[in-house]
Parts: sequence; C-alpha cells; structure tokens
Amino acid sequence: MKAAVIVYPGSNCDRDLAVAFERAGAEVQMVWHKETDLPAGLDIVGVPGGFSYGDYLRCGAIAAQSPISKALIDFVHAGGHAIGICNGFQVLTETGLLPGALMRNAGLKFICKSVGLRVATADSVFTRGLSEGDVIHLPVAHHDGNYIVAPDELKTLQDQDRIAFTYTDNPNGSVADIAGVLSENRRVLGLMPHPERAVDDSHGGSDGTAIFRAIAGLTEPA
Amino acid sequence: MKARVQVMLKNGVLDPQGEAVRHALGSLGFDGVEGVRQGKLIELDLAETDADKARDTVTKMCEKLLANTVIESYQIEIG
Repeated sequence: MKAAVIVYPGSNCDRDLAVAFERAGAEVQMVWHKETDLPAGLDIVGVPGGFSYGDYLRCGAIAAQSPISKALIDFVHAGGHAIGICNGFQVLTETGLLPGALMRNAGLKFICKSVGLRVATADSVFTRGLSEGDVIHLPVAHHDGNYIVAPDELKTLQDQDRIAFTYTDNPNGSVADIAGVLSENRRVLGLMPHPERAVDDSHGGSDGTAIFRAIAGLTEPA
Repeated sequence: MKARVQVMLKNGVLDPQGEAVRHALGSLGFDGVEGVRQGKLIELDLAETDADKARDTVTKMCEKLLANTVIESYQIEIG
C-alpha cells in the first residue's frame, strides 16, 4: 500500500500517522502543503491532526485552501481514499469533502483523554476489521470537536449508514454523538479521535491498529 | 476602499462561547441579559474603488473563505 501524509504548517500528528501507516505495511511519503501534486500511485492520503495555520480564522479553514488540498480534492473526486483525523477532519469539512462542521466543544474546554467509541458501521475500508456495535478506546485531544450538521443532512448520513463511530459518552456536544463520518462513496473518513495515537500498547492502548490494518487491506485481494 | 465583514453563527446554531459570556455577565451582577452571540469582525483594505465591484468580490471571499456557510452567516459593509 502507498500512503501520503500531508504536512501543513502547524500539523503535529503527521509523524504519528506515518508510523501508524508504516506499521500496517504501507510505504509512506510526507507531502508539504505547498506541493501542487500528490505522488503518483497512491492508495490513500492521510490528513493529520494538529493546529494547521494556528487555527486562524477557523480550524482547518486556511489549510483547506492550500495548494496540496486542491490536489487532495482532485484525488478524492477521482475515487481516491482519504482519512482526516482531528484537525484533518476539520480540514475535510472545510474543503466540502465531508458534510457538517466542527464547532467549539459544548463545555468550552480543551478535552484530552481516552474515550469509548462505538463502531456504527463496518461497511467501509476503515472499519471492516471491526464489528458493528464493538466498542474501542481512542484518545481525543481537541477544543473544536463539536460536530454539527443540518437536520436533513444528518438524516441522509443515517439513511446512508455513513456514521462511522459514535461516542459512548459524548464529550463535546456533537450531534447524535457523532465522532466520525464517511463520504457518500464511503472512501473518505473524518474522525475526531486519534487512532494513530493508539497503535502501541506502551502508549496506553492499540485499538487504533484495527483501522490501519483494515486500510492496508486496500491492496490485498478481497 | 474599506470593507467590514461581520461573521456570526447562524440563528439556531447554539453558540457555547456566547452562552459562557452570558453566564459570566450574570455572575457579575448584570441582570437581564437574555442572550449573547459572539462573532468576528474582519476589516479589509481594498485597492478597488467601485463599491459594487468591491461588494461582489468580498461576497466571493466570504463564500470561499471568510465564513463557513454551513454554520455561519455574514454581513458586508463597504466604505
């Protein structure tokens, strides 16, 4: 599997994400935000967590306009896979690749802790290693993770089985306890919790591994 | 030519920061504050001298970057 990880000024989970991909067997290239093209032959692009452009204006808003994000949009429109984690999820909503927006946490505090997540669908390349209803534990670390989407779009997400993960104990006020959503073609996942920070037991857990193993299956025969 | 863009959360979108400010005002003894909404004010200095053209351009800026129209509305003041 070939993966690329985008690096914006202020990204800080890019190395972790690269290591998580590598451990799942991927060959990983880091791509600086000023690049106008992604490497050829990619299976997936990772949009990492952090504070791209210092969260100026809105989280992810300026990153969504950078040259590499235009290449990412083209890649996704051509059927490519992408995963956006935390700030990466915010970037993907700002590009319009995923619906909704991420607002300030309802409790106004930055939340940094491990949370329980229920697998809401196993029907995606990201969650097929898990079973619906399974509960996994991943860390969250965000100030703006309060997912909001218009009522009609929420119904669409539910009807199309595009909610990937829900919080077992909603920490941030997200509508319908949503922690992660899929694009309409199910090839783009955005989620606030950090699976890349949970791929080694010495770091407090390895529940994130299942997601990267599932992604690695992209290049394996079904 | 100057332009001022006011960006606010749309009506109906809960504003947790505004609510926190409202509570803080209450605890300072300012009674009767029934609602607080917090937004952004963005001032632009434009080379454009035609007000209509400036408004069109700033509208595009708002749609593309300055506001997230999923959750925010904007108002433009020119001049």
